[in-house]
This record gives sequence, C-alpha cells and structure tokens, in this order.
Amino acid sequence: MLVKKGAEASLFLEDWQERQVIMKRRLPKKYRLLKVDERIRTYRTIHESQLLHSAKEAGVPTPTIFLINLTDSNIIMEYVQGTEVKRVLHNLPTESRYALNVHIGKLIGQLHKNRIVHGDLTTSNMILTTSGEVVLIDFGLGEKTSQVELRAVDLHLMKRAFQSTHFLYAKESFDAVMKGYFMVVGEETGKKVLDKVIEIEKRGRYISER
Amino acid sequence: MVIGWRPLHEQDSKQQISLGIETTADDFGVGLVGFDGEILSNVFDVFVPEKGGIHPREAARHHAKVAQKVISRAFDEAGKTLKDVSIISFSQGPGLGPCLRTGATAARALAAYLKIPLVGVNHCVAHIEIGKLATDAQDPVTLYVSGGNTIVSAFDAGRYRVFGETLDIAIGNCLDVFARRAGLRREPSLPLGALVEKLAKQGKELIELPYSVKGMDLSFSGLLTATERILETGKFSVEDLCFSLQEVAFSMLAEITERALAHTEKREILLTGGVAANERLQEMLAVIAQDHDSRFCVVPKQYALDNGAMIAWTGILAYLQGLITPIEKSMVRLKWRLDDVEASWVR
Repeated sequence: MLVKKGAEASLFLEDWQERQVIMKRRLPKKYRLLKVDERIRTYRTIHESQLLHSAKEAGVPTPTIFLINLTDSNIIMEYVQGTEVKRVLHNLPTESRYALNVHIGKLIGQLHKNRIVHGDLTTSNMILTTSGEVVLIDFGLGEKTSQVELRAVDLHLMKRAFQSTHFLYAKESFDAVMKGYFMVVGEETGKKVLDKVIEIEKRGRYISER
Repeated sequence: MVIGWRPLHEQDSKQQISLGIETTADDFGVGLVGFDGEILSNVFDVFVPEKGGIHPREAARHHAKVAQKVISRAFDEAGKTLKDVSIISFSQGPGLGPCLRTGATAARALAAYLKIPLVGVNHCVAHIEIGKLATDAQDPVTLYVSGGNTIVSAFDAGRYRVFGETLDIAIGNCLDVFARRAGLRREPSLPLGALVEKLAKQGKELIELPYSVKGMDLSFSGLLTATERILETGKFSVEDLCFSLQEVAFSMLAEITERALAHTEKREILLTGGVAANERLQEMLAVIAQDHDSRFCVVPKQYALDNGAMIAWTGILAYLQGLITPIEKSMVRLKWRLDDVEASWVR
C-alpha cells in the first residue's frame, strides 16, 4: 500500500516476513536520461542504507534496515509509527515546541559529531513517534564527512525549512535547534559551524542589505 | 519630495498605461503595458561585450547610450506618446549596481517630468508575474532560471517563498561561462545559452559529471569546474560536453522543482526566466507536471529574457494596491530578495 509519494521515492507499507515494513522504492524518473537516472538511484540507495546504519550506531534513532535490493533500488526497513514533525510543530505550545527543537538540534549535533551530514534536513524528514522519540529518515542526500562547510549547509537547510514552512516561528525554532546543537558538539565546533552558516548566507543570495 | 499624480477619474476615458524600464544586467528593456494586461510594446537593446562576461560599468554605459532610442521605439511601436503614460515602473533590484542605477535615473527623470507615480519593482517577482500573465497560471510552483538567478518558489502567506535556490552560481551563468571557455561567441540574436542548446542537440555521448543537489538547493560551481577540466583534456567534443552539462544540470533543476511541487501540493509548474527558452528543460518539466497531474506553463520566448513589459506589468499590480515608490526611497537594491517582497496583489 502506498503511504507516501515523495518526489524522489515512494514509500509502501508491506507485509514481509510476518511483520509490517516500509519498502522505499526509488522509481525511475522519465524526465532524465536512463544513464543519469540509474546512476542517481543506485548511488542513493547504497548511500542511504549506509548512512541510516551509521546514524543508528551514532545513537540517532533511524529505521532499521532489513533488506537492500539494488536491481530495483529498493530498501526494506522498519515501519516507524508516528507523525511528521512538520505536522505537529504548529500545534504545540511554545515551550514544547522549544523542547522538541532543542532535541532535534541535539540529534543533528550527534550526527555531525559522528561524521555524518544528513543532506536534507526538513521537518518532513523527522518522525515523532508515539513514545516521544524523534526518528530521522531520508538520508538519500547525506554524506560521510566532517567538513565544516557541509555541516553548515545541513543547518542552513534546516533554517530554510523553518523559513519556508514554519515562517511564523522560524527564528525561534532555529535558535532552539542551535542551542541543542551546541550542547552536543561543544562551544568551539558549534561556533565554527554557525559562523559558516552565516558566511553561506552572506555569499550574496541569502541576505538583503537593508 | 511628494509625487503629484492625476486622479484616476480624470483618465477614465482612455486606457491607462504603465511604462516599464528593465536594466538589471545586460539588457536595456522598455515595455508599455495597459492596466488591463495588454502588452502594447516590448523592446530592448542588449549589450554585447567584445569578450568575456558582462562588465557592469560598460553595460551601464551602453544603457545610458541607448536609453532614449529604446524608449522612443517602445512608444512608436505602441503608437503612444509620453502623455499617455500613467505610471513609470522600473527594476529596482536585484542586479548589477551601475546598470540598475542607469535605469532608475531614467525612470525618476520621467516620473518627475510627467508628474506621475514611480513604482520600484523586484526583478524576480516580475519574471514570475509576466509568466502568470502570459500563461494564465494561477498559483504555480515557479522555476525561475536565468543568468543571475536560479530559484524555485511558490506563493504562501503574502509572499513568494523561496523553496530552493543555487548555493553559488546561477544556471545561466554556468552555461555561459562554459560556452565562453569552449570558444563560443554570442550574437545579439543568439545568447550563449541558445548556442549551448543547439550544440547539445548534436551531442551523443553522456559524460559523467558531478550531480549536486542539497535538499532543495543546488550547486553548479563544481559541475562547471568539472566540465571545464574535461574540456581542457580535449578527449570529448564540445557537442558531447554541452549535451552532458545540460542533462546533468537540468536533471538537478527538475529534481528540486519536483520536490517543491510535492512539498507544496500545488497543481501548476511555471517555467520562467532566460533559460526557460531551453526546449530540453521544458521537456523535463512537462514530464514532471504530467506525473503529478499538474499543468505545465512556460513563459513565451519574448518574455523569457529580461524585458520591460514584465516590469511595467508588475508595476501595475503593485500600483493598484496603492504601492508607489517615493523618489527618496527609490535607491536601487542590489541584493533585494524575492521573499522580501510583500506581494499583496496576489489573491
């Protein structure tokens, strides 16, 4: 059963080995050439699986992987029950929203500390489970790196997600995320990355002069 | 300074007209547009450098030189005179400083002389608005691609929100720089991007190039460098390189557009800006629109490149909401962001 049709992949809820699982399928895109298409789909399938696993090792909740099928660019993984953070954020009272964002910041810090950048940090790629855990999904654009630049792009994307989707409390949310982030990576690294975020914004396209 | 303007009822008997001046980069464009959306004329004169890219001061000198001639031509083609104009619209930003200032100076002078309102227009908003006017798109996800900008946006809560954009150079810039490296020369009637497109159609072999999408943002500088390096090796033809560069760069653009469409759940895709004229890019977005049961709209060629009509039309939209730009607030804004503009005329 199709549960989510994303732009890049579709998620199906299936029965597999007597349990409910999510099958993530990277469907071929007709708009791009077959060769480009295959390259991107295969690369992301391998990459995402590796990163989901590394993130889990780093203590960041992610779905467990059961099977990878490279021929069809499929990943079979644990079905995480919950709601996208995107859909809960605006219903929360200010304090809970703050706490949730600080927690998200800690998770991002945990990833970065372990040489992982997510590559697509948005509130739709975070699931708040019924037990109150935040599970990160969708690592298809992620990378194994400790480059300050890429960490900063990661946080920049988070900021942008707040600005485009949660614009009423974007600043408050990003500040909370950064607070949690600093708690995990420490003052020195945190500052380096945050300075880079500001630098990225200043590269001309992200700032208005007055 | 207070700008005097004639009350609307004194002009009821004839069509109201906006004069738009566009000078953000290498084009000096002038358009005359009726308040009902009728485009009466849209003319321009483009600065073609001897070699290399656009030097802002040289382009500005060109604009100053041709200004009078182009404005006259706009009136001639529309069969109108200065007296018929109700408002002066100009591109206030973003863009190259000297170029913007030249257009702004002309606009201020005209508005002051005619004693009519001046309306400063955001160039990016204008590309979206002319696309909507020309295609009748209502509420699209817009991919705006040009020499200076690469933005995926959609309207939400009073503004055109930016969902994705380039983290470094614009797609048009990427294609232009590569074209110059490959020794191609632009002609007034054939921009470099069009030359790349022409050669790409003869390319056959797909060369592996870096594909760089970060969330809904993208980066073209690495792709450009990689393509230039391969060009230097001389192992592949320029045709194959143009073909591969387009395929990879446009796949990136298509991917983020599809993401924005899925994210916003809108039902229209609008392609606008100079690079919108590229048929391969159009083809890719049309496929995406079809997959998502959405309508694909592409700005007609004559309004794809920077033009005065889009400025004139956006000026009308703003003016009808009571937005005018007093002369003391008409300084050009080099880095004026799309999402800084309160688009109170939308819906």
